[in-house]
Amino acid sequence: MSSALADDIGRAAVTGDPILKVSDISVEYATKQGNVKAVDHVSFDLGRGEFIGIVGESGCGKSTLLFAIAQLLPPSAGVVGGSVVFKGVSMVGMTDSQLAAVRWKDMSVVMQSAMNALNPVKSIRAQFTDAMRAHGVKSKTEIADRSEHVLRMVGIDSQHLRSYPHQLSGGMRQRAMIAMALLFTPDLVIMDEPTSALDVVAQRSLMVQIKELQAELGFSIIFVTHDMSLVRHFSDRVVVMYAGQVAELGATSRVFGGPLHPYTIGLMDAFPSIKGPRVPLTGIPGQPPNLIAPPDGCMFWPRCPKVMESCKTISPPLYLVEGTEVRCLLYVDGSAP
Amino acid sequence: MTEPSTVQPFTGQQVKLKKPRKRAASSPDSTATLLRTENLTRHFKIGGGLHRRTLHAVDDVSLSIGTGEIVALVGESGSGKSTIARLLARIYQPTSGEIFLQGRRLSTIKSRTDLLAYRSDVPMVFQDPFSSINPVFRVSHGIERCLKLHRPELSRAERRAEAIRIFEVVGLTPGADVLERFPHELSGGQRQRVGFAQALAMRPKLILADEPVSMLDVSIRIGLLNLMTKLRDDEGVSILYITHDIASARYIADRLIVMYAGHIAESGPAEDVLARPRHPYTQLLVSAVPDPRADVRVGADTDRGEPPRVIDPTPGCRFRWRCPLAIEVCHQVTPPLLELLPDHSAACHVATADSELKAF
Repeated sequence: MSSALADDIGRAAVTGDPILKVSDISVEYATKQGNVKAVDHVSFDLGRGEFIGIVGESGCGKSTLLFAIAQLLPPSAGVVGGSVVFKGVSMVGMTDSQLAAVRWKDMSVVMQSAMNALNPVKSIRAQFTDAMRAHGVKSKTEIADRSEHVLRMVGIDSQHLRSYPHQLSGGMRQRAMIAMALLFTPDLVIMDEPTSALDVVAQRSLMVQIKELQAELGFSIIFVTHDMSLVRHFSDRVVVMYAGQVAELGATSRVFGGPLHPYTIGLMDAFPSIKGPRVPLTGIPGQPPNLIAPPDGCMFWPRCPKVMESCKTISPPLYLVEGTEVRCLLYVDGSAP
Repeated sequence: MTEPSTVQPFTGQQVKLKKPRKRAASSPDSTATLLRTENLTRHFKIGGGLHRRTLHAVDDVSLSIGTGEIVALVGESGSGKSTIARLLARIYQPTSGEIFLQGRRLSTIKSRTDLLAYRSDVPMVFQDPFSSINPVFRVSHGIERCLKLHRPELSRAERRAEAIRIFEVVGLTPGADVLERFPHELSGGQRQRVGFAQALAMRPKLILADEPVSMLDVSIRIGLLNLMTKLRDDEGVSILYITHDIASARYIADRLIVMYAGHIAESGPAEDVLARPRHPYTQLLVSAVPDPRADVRVGADTDRGEPPRVIDPTPGCRFRWRCPLAIEVCHQVTPPLLELLPDHSAACHVATADSELKAF
C-alpha cells in the first residue's frame, strides 16, 4: 500500500456522500456515584471506502463510541444527545427488528476477542449459515458457496468450515470473524481492536489483508485501537480521543507528521522506536481524569506540559487548524502558536 | 489523583542519558555472570491414553544473565518465554537441564530456608497489577511482610523506614502516604510500582518481570520502563524483562534473546541484534514491528504468523516451515546456537556472520 493510494482513498471519501454521519453524540453510563459522560459531543463523517482510526487510552470512550454507532450499548448506558445517521437512516432509536435487518447485511462488527465472539460449541460453517439464514438466504448451495468464498478471501482453507473455534489459532479466529463480517459485503465494517490478541507478525499480516479486502470490496472501516503505530500505516483519517472527547481529528499523514494537541504529541512520544537513535522518553505523567468528577476547563490540563492559566477554566472547543480539528486553547487563533 | 512520578514532562527537557554499559558482563564465562541455565528443558504432558503427547515448551535453552544487566526475552505467545520465567522462579521444575545462580546448582536446593533465600534473590513481578496485590490490605501489608520474612533482623520501626525508602525509590512519593492506601486507590501504573517495590524489598539480585507493562496504558508504560533502567543503574539489580514488544525491549535492554517455539533463535547485544538480525525469524519480527515515526511501508510478504507446532516436534529447525531460506539440512538437524559475531549468536544453518542474507 503506497501513500499515493492512501491519498486517493482519502480524496474519494471527501467528494462522495458520507455513508455515516455521527453528529454531536453523547453517551452516559449510570453508576452508583452518578452519571459518567463516556462520550462527549463527538462528531465525524465517514466516506464510502474510507478507513478511519480511533485511538486513545483505556477509558477514553473509544469503545463506547463504537458501541453507540453500532447500537450495541449495554443497558446501563444511553445515548443522551446527538445522532448517528447510517446510509440516510438514523440508527438511534431503531427497534431491535429494524437493527437486525441492518446488522451483518449493511454494517458488521468485528469484536476484540474472537474467542468470545464466536460460538464455541458450533462449527464455523454453522455460524456462517446462521447469519445468512437470519437474513433470508435459504438456498443451501448459495450458503455453502458464499461461506467457502469468504473464508478463502481471508486466506483460510475452506476445509476449516468444519472446524470449531478452539481448533483455530488466534490469527485464524480473527480472520474467521472478519470473513463472517464480509458475508454480505457490508458498506461499513466496525473493528474493535481486532489485532490486540495477536503477535506482531500475525498483526501485520491481518492488517495488510484487511486493507487489501477493503481495496477490493470498497467498504468503509472504523478501526478502534490503543496503538497509534497501527493506524499510522493503514488509516486515511485518525481521531485521537481523550476523556470522551475528540482531542484531535485529521488526515493520518497530517496528524502523524505534525501533531498539534499536546496529548497527541505525548502519545507519539510514548512509543519507543526500533530504528534510529535510542532516545530517552518520558511518556505522559499522571493519569486520565475521573469522568465522574472531571476537571474544570480542558480535560487534559492536569497532565499537560503546555498548560496555561486559561486552560483551567475554559473548556476549549474544536478549532480548525489547516484542515485538522484540535481541542486546545493554543490554537485559539486558528493557527499554530 | 496524579501519579507521583520521578520523570519529567514529555517535551522540552531530556532526561539523563543512560550510562554506557559494560559489554564484558554479558559473556557466559565472565565472572560477573549472575545466573545461567544449561540445556534447560521443560516438557508438558497433554492428553491421556492413546492421545498422550508431549508439548515442548522450552527445549535446550542455555542463557546467562550478568550482574546489573537487563536482558530482554522476546518472542510470540507460545514461544516459551513465560515458561522460562516460571522455571527460574522455581514455580516449575525443569524436565532436564540445570539453573545456576552465582555458580550454585539450583537442583541442590532442598530445604525450605534455602528455597526462601533463592526466592528473595530472584523475585518475580507479575503481568497484571490488578490481581497480583491483595485488595483487602493496605499496600504496606505486602511490602512489610516481605521485609519480615526475608529480612528478620529489622525491627518494626526499621521495617517501616525501609518500606518508605523503597517506595520512594520506585517513585511512589510521599512513601509514608502511599503505604497507607488500599490497592483500589492506586492507578495501574502505581500498582505495578508497588509490585516492583515488593520485589526490591528482598534486596534481590535478579528481578523476573513477566510482561510488566502490557496491561498498562501506553502513556504510563514509559514511566515503568524508565523505572527498570533506574533500578539497574542505581540499585545494581539485574532484570529479565519478558515481553512481546520489541521496541520496548530495545528501549531498556542491554541484551536481547529472541525465542521461537521453545528454542533460542538469536541472542546478543540489543542494538546489534536489531540492527543486524542474523536469524530469519528475527528479521521477520523486526520487519513486522509498526513504527509510528517511520514512513508508510508495508511489505508484500505472505507470512501469516501462524504459531509453530511444538507438540511432539521432529528434529530440524522449528522455523523451517515459514522460512524462505530453508535448505535440506534444516529439515533434518536442529540448528545449534552458534556465535556468529562477538557475543552475538544465532541458531540457523543458513545464517553467517558477514553475509547480507535477508529472508524478510
